[in-house]
Amino acid sequence: MDDLLAARLQMALSLGFHIIYACIGMVMPFFMAVAHFKWITTGNDIYKNITKAWSKGVAIFFATGAVSGTMLSFELGLLWPGFMEHAGPIFGMPFSLEGVAFFIEAIFLGFFLYGWGRFNTWFHWFTGVIVGVSGLASGILVVSANAWMNSPAGFDYVDGQYLNIDPIKAMFNDAWFTQALHMTLAAIAATGFAVAGVHALMMLRQRNIAFHLHAFKIAATFGGVAALLQPLSGDLSAKDVATRQPAKLAAMEAHYHTQRSAPLVIGGIPNSKTKTVDFAIELPGMLSFMTYGSFDAEVAGLDKIPESDQPPVPVVHYAFQIMVGIGMFLVLLALTVLIAFRKRAWFQEKWFLTLFALATPLGFVAVEAGWTVTEVGRQPWILQGILRTKDAVTPMPGIAWTFYLFTAVYISLSFVIVFLLKRQIQMVPRLYDVQPSTKAA
Amino acid sequence: MNYVVITFLWLSILLYFVLGGADFGAGIIELFTSSHQVSRTRRTLYHAIGPIWEANHMWLIIAVVILFVGFPVIYTQLSIYLHIPMLIMLLGITARGTAFVFRHYDAVRDEMQELYNRVFVWSSFVTPLFLGIIAGSTVSGQIQPDAKDFLTAYVYGWFNWFSVAVGFFTVALCGFLAAVYLIGEAEDERDRREFIRKARNANLIAIACGVLVFVAAEIDNVPLMKWVFKDAVGLLAVSAATVSLIALWALIRRKRRLLLRLLVSFQVTMILLAISYAHFPNIIIMANGESLSLYEYEAPAKTLAALGWALLVGSLFILPALFYLYYSFQIKKMRHFEE
Repeated sequence: MDDLLAARLQMALSLGFHIIYACIGMVMPFFMAVAHFKWITTGNDIYKNITKAWSKGVAIFFATGAVSGTMLSFELGLLWPGFMEHAGPIFGMPFSLEGVAFFIEAIFLGFFLYGWGRFNTWFHWFTGVIVGVSGLASGILVVSANAWMNSPAGFDYVDGQYLNIDPIKAMFNDAWFTQALHMTLAAIAATGFAVAGVHALMMLRQRNIAFHLHAFKIAATFGGVAALLQPLSGDLSAKDVATRQPAKLAAMEAHYHTQRSAPLVIGGIPNSKTKTVDFAIELPGMLSFMTYGSFDAEVAGLDKIPESDQPPVPVVHYAFQIMVGIGMFLVLLALTVLIAFRKRAWFQEKWFLTLFALATPLGFVAVEAGWTVTEVGRQPWILQGILRTKDAVTPMPGIAWTFYLFTAVYISLSFVIVFLLKRQIQMVPRLYDVQPSTKAA
Repeated sequence: MNYVVITFLWLSILLYFVLGGADFGAGIIELFTSSHQVSRTRRTLYHAIGPIWEANHMWLIIAVVILFVGFPVIYTQLSIYLHIPMLIMLLGITARGTAFVFRHYDAVRDEMQELYNRVFVWSSFVTPLFLGIIAGSTVSGQIQPDAKDFLTAYVYGWFNWFSVAVGFFTVALCGFLAAVYLIGEAEDERDRREFIRKARNANLIAIACGVLVFVAAEIDNVPLMKWVFKDAVGLLAVSAATVSLIALWALIRRKRRLLLRLLVSFQVTMILLAISYAHFPNIIIMANGESLSLYEYEAPAKTLAALGWALLVGSLFILPALFYLYYSFQIKKMRHFEE
């Protein structure tokens, strides 16, 4: 395996792993805060137990996310010194702020996890909210740094020199808002449906129905709202990408030929040789409409982009189809939740619970796919239009070996975490098997 | 503004050394505790570091971010030539961080605990060893950017007598820090005596490793003697460290745990000052005589200004919260014990 490919795979693996832990770590504190709030205001101990059970998950994910994040802050330099040497001072601003936000999150997580019975109830609740807010801020800041790679700003590139650096402009680059919005909603939807799915599975097994039902409702509400909003944010992102990164959009859609009233290509197998997409469903004019708001607008195809500047089409296209497909399915699930809040009996129905249990991993599959679209879609650039990935890679040979090592480490870590969560969930009956108490009791 | 940024860099390295180091040391102590006492030690240890341990390790992230934003060339040079020790250190951090949380949050207590413990103690040893090796390598003058073969370019830069000696010295200091720290956490007189004994051993080992560092410096032609003894600040720092060490042992049986902790942290601070001041602002010294200076390779002024402000404003949020965290879980508890 050549070093460039190994370095890219290692980065993909590290980020792909981190993104899951980071999403859960930044979203679950909000679920906790809601459960905690309900416990304080209603006195129903089920909510207290849910908060405690979730907080253990948060602790596990936060610790894993913290170490994989530390790993990434070094890997940027270990793998891409040619990039970091120039990029560090330009896109460093969000990272410095992220360092601060992350620090605050760690401090308040200490307060929250070890603070039961030590502090004033509302102060304790507030520390949990701070964990969520600072986690969310970290996420948005890191995405803003990534957005800068898609939409370089805050410097002038003259004869290979990076001049007139302005880190604030770099942070508020054109892509930061759409990307941050899309990622935040994705994190909430993915985590919401994953948590809801686990609780649905436990209800199917007839264990601690009341506990799991209350937990399910909180998680599914968060996930549902985010899933319903996500298509709107996706639309903003698509319009953005069309103007800023036409090559990425063309690869997402496997749109080989520039044309007016371009069709939206759904599914299919892109053929890079014949420049066609086999077995696809085409909706005439829809791509033009979705990107430029008019059915006969011209959409640039890959033929407008030199061969050496094109991203690999099949990977980006498949990843995009997976993301959108799952996104649409999650919208349907969200509507199902909405109806279930009217027809309460649904929450006990087997088909309903099975549906959610099966959907547990889907949100995260979509997150990974979406992230593949944005990263692979930017190739061959590490910094869009300015620096190529191959010119940024470390000169040290033998990266394939470190990649194998990382693969082994991440796979074993994932096994241990799944194992731990399974044990935590199995212990729920023993730890929290209490009859729901009322405020008076 | 570059002074603000450099001060923050130095402080975050220092705080990582003192707080994170004590944390690593706790694992090292566990490694050298006989099996029939280990569960007692482990409990004391968890009580001591549980609530604050995540925060202690954030200083490393702050230091790295300052380096790559403020001094990108220095960060990338380190990343290229010290790739291997950094990788091992990172794997150590990952293994340690996860094992610590896993052993606490595994809902079932069974033989898996033994696995978490092993991973935890060994990574507690390996991580500071390689942190020390990295620190030693930066000033060892053994990094050869012009080398053509793999070993010279990517291995001998850090695998040399001096760097490895600094690595073991770091491990010994972490153990010493933790032992002194844990004296104050002891639940009864027997534990106290045990931790005092451990502190004594760790101290002796640290002194031995310190001597080794000087010997290794001579072998590898690192002008350490000159830095430490021919420089007024270096000499003053070493003398202050020695005086505080004597004071520490004079007071060790008194139940003044905050004082003991301050004394031991002061020593570490002085050691760091002695070795970093003499060649400041050079932060990497290479084999070809070239040095990378913090002044010469700093980021453009606008970036440094933004970074400096982020750090200043950030500390307004972080420091009070961090202090209150320590206060809530340490000082309150201490009062409780003393009452």
